[in-house]
Amino acid sequence: MSRLIRMDQTGHTVLAHWSPDDLAGTEAARAALQAELERGYLAVASEPDGTAVAVRDLPLDSQLVILRRPIAGG
Amino acid sequence: MSTTGLAASGELPELANVHWRERADEASLRRADRTWTLSIVAHEVPFLTTAIVLPLLAPVLAVVSVFALAFAWAIPALYAARGAGVLRPWRHRAADRSAERRALGFLGDLVGHETRDLVARTGLVVERGAFGVWVVGPAGALLVRPGGRRVQCYCVRVTDTDLPVADRVAHLLLALRADESGFATVANLTWSGACWRLRRHLSREAREGLAVAVARLR
Repeated sequence: MSRLIRMDQTGHTVLAHWSPDDLAGTEAARAALQAELERGYLAVASEPDGTAVAVRDLPLDSQLVILRRPIAGG
Repeated sequence: MSTTGLAASGELPELANVHWRERADEASLRRADRTWTLSIVAHEVPFLTTAIVLPLLAPVLAVVSVFALAFAWAIPALYAARGAGVLRPWRHRAADRSAERRALGFLGDLVGHETRDLVARTGLVVERGAFGVWVVGPAGALLVRPGGRRVQCYCVRVTDTDLPVADRVAHLLLALRADESGFATVANLTWSGACWRLRRHLSREAREGLAVAVARLR
């Protein structure tokens, strides 16, 4: 089961679960992702091998998609 | 802050906010290293010349030499201390304890077993990249260059001020993993120099992180 997670003031919040054969779950995850992107969050698909890819759409085969805030030089 | 226009190619969307900067690559990092070395030499030469020449002209001027040597020692140390500031412990308003625990657990899930122990002890993550080995903290990162003798200090942070400390580290880690070159471009380089010079200005936790990073390069 894949997860959409938002890093926030609570530590993190699981916004949605989905699996490729779960149409309703996938649509809910897609909608949640778009809503958070519109709020200014950025999405990263995090893979078990330690790599990560910035994404704008829900990657169905990814196990973990994380929403983060932008970073900037201090 | 507008960051929504990019990312189709996997690059950091935050690059749009620093579009005037040259994208960091191995050559630009080496140039930065050389520039910092030349800058320190330019600072040192006048003081060292003064310290050597004045006593030769008049022994009584040895007193001035002592001051010149003190400046020659202090100026690089001040720059290194500024660099070390990127891993200074986070002292802003803390999130509540349960949020910190959750964030720390989540950060632990993002890293391997070896790094998880380091995270628990120091709050820092050590991550190997193409440019060297990174030590990532809540408000900046060190990049230990190949060979383990030289380090670059980057000031970079997440823009949300209310996040738990471990989440701040996770933000930087994910950005680094997604686009290392973009990460080094967005971050501000505050210092580049020898590891030994930086080490004495770091906290105990940051020194441990630096030691782990150097060990992974050797």
